[in-house]
Amino acid sequence: MAVDNQVQSPSRRGWLGGMLAAGLAAFATGFPVALGVRCLLDPLRRKGRAPELFVRIANLSALPADGAPRRFPVLSERVNVWTKTRGVPVGAVFLRRLGEASVEAFNVVCPHAGCVVQVAAEGGGYLCPCHNSAFGLDGRIADPGSPSPRGLDALATELRHGEEVWVKFQNFRTGVRDQIPI
Amino acid sequence: MSWWRGLFCEAIPGGAGWRRTWSAVLLFTFFLQAITGFFLLTHYSGSTQTAWESVYYLQYHVSGGWLLRGIHAVTAQAMVLLLALHLMQVAIQRAYLAPRQLNFLLLLVLLPLALALSVTGWLLPFDQKGYWSARVPLNLLGMVPAIGPALQTVLMGGTEVSHYTLTRFVALHTVLLPLCLGLGLVAYHRLTRRPAVDASAPPATPAAAWCPDQLLRDAVASVAVLVAVLFVVLWPRWTGGGEGGPTLLAPADATEPYGAARPEWFMLWLFQLLKFFPGGTEVWGAVGVPAVVLAVLAAMPWVGRWRLGRRFNTAFALGLGGGMLALTLIAVSRDRRDPQFQAAVREADLTAERAKALSGGPDGIPPTGALTLLERDPLTQGPRLFARHCASCHRYDGHDGLGGLPADAPSASDLKSFGSRAWLRRLLDPVEVDGPKHFGGTRFSEGRMVRFVKRGVAEFTEEQQAQLEKVIAAVSAEAELPGQRALDDRDQAAIETGRQLIRTEDMRCTECHQFRQPDEDASAPDLTGYGSRAWLFEFISNPSHPRFYGRRNDRMPAYGANEVLDAASIGLLTDWLREAWYQPTSGP
Repeated sequence: MAVDNQVQSPSRRGWLGGMLAAGLAAFATGFPVALGVRCLLDPLRRKGRAPELFVRIANLSALPADGAPRRFPVLSERVNVWTKTRGVPVGAVFLRRLGEASVEAFNVVCPHAGCVVQVAAEGGGYLCPCHNSAFGLDGRIADPGSPSPRGLDALATELRHGEEVWVKFQNFRTGVRDQIPI
Repeated sequence: MSWWRGLFCEAIPGGAGWRRTWSAVLLFTFFLQAITGFFLLTHYSGSTQTAWESVYYLQYHVSGGWLLRGIHAVTAQAMVLLLALHLMQVAIQRAYLAPRQLNFLLLLVLLPLALALSVTGWLLPFDQKGYWSARVPLNLLGMVPAIGPALQTVLMGGTEVSHYTLTRFVALHTVLLPLCLGLGLVAYHRLTRRPAVDASAPPATPAAAWCPDQLLRDAVASVAVLVAVLFVVLWPRWTGGGEGGPTLLAPADATEPYGAARPEWFMLWLFQLLKFFPGGTEVWGAVGVPAVVLAVLAAMPWVGRWRLGRRFNTAFALGLGGGMLALTLIAVSRDRRDPQFQAAVREADLTAERAKALSGGPDGIPPTGALTLLERDPLTQGPRLFARHCASCHRYDGHDGLGGLPADAPSASDLKSFGSRAWLRRLLDPVEVDGPKHFGGTRFSEGRMVRFVKRGVAEFTEEQQAQLEKVIAAVSAEAELPGQRALDDRDQAAIETGRQLIRTEDMRCTECHQFRQPDEDASAPDLTGYGSRAWLFEFISNPSHPRFYGRRNDRMPAYGANEVLDAASIGLLTDWLREAWYQPTSGP
């Protein structure tokens, strides 16, 4: 009897106690981990750049009349988590004259892997130095073997006061077919 | 499964017990610190221009960040407290006797490690409190004979607190010290599973499996620690007594001493003790006293072999605890009764609130850091500049700008709300005009303006009084004070009438002042743009300019013309006097 008692009682108590201990231990360890993960995931709950308003890029007279593209920096407010800086380059665009009062704008970022596209040496289009994505002057994919999933990202433009070129500057996700603003 | 069984179902000689939860609880607090510390590190940026800013952002903009930081800071204190209490308990219960002397010695290593973790952690938020409370141990380190200065320079990464000080403290605080403390705690946990008494003696209670008896006790004790920590963090929020958790004062500023700098509460005893050491010998107190205490503690297992020795050990442990408690109480009560300390705390809190409000403002934090925001803030710098350069003659609402009262009586006007209607109304009051708030202390105390107000205005008819009120509104509108904009917009018609009245013979203003028309005979300050930013800026720059007092100027220095103050400082003073500063629409 005495032997029975010693084996039985601790094991029943042991099961309950074990569950309780596991629960408490899970809480004590799970709480700080969950809190930390919540903080870590904070960026997911934030929107990216605010939908950018039009930014003044250049004067029309700065663009060659023959429609050759020119590269311009985009000066705007840069928000780096807590640091805000005004009037600093946040990206760059190619501008190209289409006519007397019409301008085309492309983001310089290659839609393939995010490198900066350059004007091709012959001037007949754009070439990405990283993986040789080739684009025509109109921004479309020029070479069927080009690794870029889509053409250069066109940006909305506006001519103000007949002379100022304003561009709605945006960045897009790279490596996907569709143009998804970030 | 065997390692699992080995870990959890290992028999503990002597059975389970609450006293055996100590090592598990210490391990748990370390785990809590490691986890919260890792996630804090994912938000931290260790440089003098980003450390405070990253902590500010975590505390006020990252969801749950304040709680994460609060738990980490409070648990750090709990760990020191638990280690110290455990040490006391071991000493008093004589659990340091063989075969446990190694456990005891290990404990004596763990406590300084935990303290070193605390000290390195204070600096990291790089606010005024962290900076000034880390400076003291760093300075003491530099006073250690021979190797002190070199040690200090290496630890700080230079002779000044710099980016490198933070990167070095981060490396110590997040890698080296936790590694040592963690390994030490694991070793301690393993060691304490040894029997408490000589293994050869028959056990008093039968052995029990660690799981579940001891595990349950360990878990309950750990949860109790977590709940206590959460309670300390959350209590101020629930009772509305504050933000809860650790504070974040204004960004560290080496040029702005923080008069309320104190170490964390568990080090107050040493802080108080050091006050008893005359200048130059503090290092003996800071290094010598703790070293002697540790040495006596370390000798306990051997001293305790004798009966008298055991009594000495117990008395020493009790005396040590009592002495620390007494010193801590002295430090706390002295601060509580010290008005200068209280004022420093209040000022630091105000600056901290301001730094956070500016950081949350529309312009955000500039790349040079949040300290720049304070340096460019009229509300922060104005009172300091006023107290330093103006308050020997002027007053601001009766004080020196910072709330202090200069010994000498004022000898120039009180500039609170300068240019406002209330200020001008008081200037034109026959009783007040030669009082201490206006011309009373100046060479103009019997000048033409005072005579005009005391004789002329005093005998104004009711109609003239009404006209004077419009003149006051018109002159005050010249200042374009931000705080009076709504009033100025409302009374546009009266202000326009007032402008006409200024030039009338009845009001007699233009007998001495010029207003909107150049007047070479003008002998008193220009009323055109009176109190506006440009007017006040130029006035402070050079009150002896013909447009203002000319050669009749009393004692006021030409702060700009004589290069006493640079343009930025005069601008800050001007903006502060005109109450033109950023006002947040809501809290940070």
